[in-house]
Amino acid sequence: MHSRVVVTGLGVVSPNGVGVPAFLNALQNGISGIKFIPRYQELNFSCHVAGAPDFKWDCLADYISEVTLHGLKATNIGYGLVAALDAWADSGMGYETDEPRWETGCVFGNSIADTEAMKNVITRVDNKEAKKLGSRVVEQAMNSGVTSYISGRLGLGNRVTTNSAACATGTQAVLMGYEYIKHGYAKRMLVGSAEQVDTYVYGAFDSMRILSRKFNDRPELASRPMSLTAGGFIPGSGAGALVLEDLDFALARNATIYAEVLGGSSNCGGQRLGGSMTAANSAGVTRCIKEAIVNSGISPQRIDLISGHLTATNADRQEIQNWSDALNVKGGDFPLTNSLKSMIGHCLSAAGSIETVASVLQIVHKFVHPNLNLDDPNPVITDIISVDRLPVEMIKKEINIVAKANFGFGDVNSCIILSKYN
Amino acid sequence: MTRQEILTELKKVIAPYTTNKEMLAHINEDTDLIRDLKINSANLVDIMIDTEATYKIEIDYDSADKMMNVGTCIDVISEKLK
Repeated sequence: MHSRVVVTGLGVVSPNGVGVPAFLNALQNGISGIKFIPRYQELNFSCHVAGAPDFKWDCLADYISEVTLHGLKATNIGYGLVAALDAWADSGMGYETDEPRWETGCVFGNSIADTEAMKNVITRVDNKEAKKLGSRVVEQAMNSGVTSYISGRLGLGNRVTTNSAACATGTQAVLMGYEYIKHGYAKRMLVGSAEQVDTYVYGAFDSMRILSRKFNDRPELASRPMSLTAGGFIPGSGAGALVLEDLDFALARNATIYAEVLGGSSNCGGQRLGGSMTAANSAGVTRCIKEAIVNSGISPQRIDLISGHLTATNADRQEIQNWSDALNVKGGDFPLTNSLKSMIGHCLSAAGSIETVASVLQIVHKFVHPNLNLDDPNPVITDIISVDRLPVEMIKKEINIVAKANFGFGDVNSCIILSKYN
Repeated sequence: MTRQEILTELKKVIAPYTTNKEMLAHINEDTDLIRDLKINSANLVDIMIDTEATYKIEIDYDSADKMMNVGTCIDVISEKLK
């Protein structure tokens, strides 16, 4: 008998809202978090806009000791800590403990350690000043930095690991946490992901000519998933976190239950059959979605909402086609579909966790957030599904089941199925 | 610099690395950095680096090993300042 797994806490650091109340308000009112970044213009990037959270670094003093804060420089660790500790508090638990919490683990992903922190290492070492680096560099440059700060603050004593699957990272982290609980290894998992897209990561994407460059003077219009005038994605930054628990364990402590994770799947298209380092093998994508549905024990017709990957590149059409093939629905029968990236850009490894938090909020508060900048839907997409399946205004509606998927470089895919808790 | 002057400066160097502000306010030459001030042993390296910058001195490995309490810190700093 496998355990049922429920969501009991949410935390988020998003370009359009830091903290769940601000984020919820932004989702419901279609508030964009995309801003003009003067530095990107100075650096001669093609794209001058990005999704950057309005994050007050000093707020960390409310979360960690001043000794820990002194010497903390990695922005992604700051984002991850706030999202994770907010989710923990939201779940009704205190931070302090003398004993390790043996029943609770953590899977928190990122795609890269903070490159500003790495730059400090490189500069010092090249200047023959390695001796001046001090003790706080390794812990912030290592890939498991975010996870280590979170688990250390909360005394987490079960499985603690850092996953990395490019843009599928966040969704995969949720799935891994779900699986640990389902199979009885842990009673509670703090899961999520964090990403700080700094100038070095950003520049590398800019060079690939896959970022939007035609809306630099109108930042809020720049992220246009599924639009005829979509011209590439907008990098975003932030973190999302969820507390997952064994249902009985959560009920025993009278936790508030926001939603249930029914199941999911994570696979790879093998970079075969049309898949490559940067392009998805459609057979892998559809297989992933179908497996997630089978593992969740639902029929595809029960899906009320698809929270797509949908980044605003020319891969959007194929993604919709893949969903249509996997669910075997099209036209007016296709589920309502939205892309949070229209508001916050593509937060890379953090995309999946922030979008999962958004999915849970839509279940709890009974709404579908709008797709921004979709006044000109691409006909190659509306040839597959009815245009009314792509809401441009918030819809108030009972949402029972959400399919959330992300697809990443390396041809990796992750899909989870979330349900209202019944 | 007198030992008292060094101690006063040293207190500022140590401050970011201890949450035990009460103990810090009353340190004397016998105060142990790890046992009394609850400083993480890894952070001793940061205190050495900050001390080097504050006093414009270089602290070699052997000297650093001696700097376990306030008194021995002052010994090493006074020696290097000569």
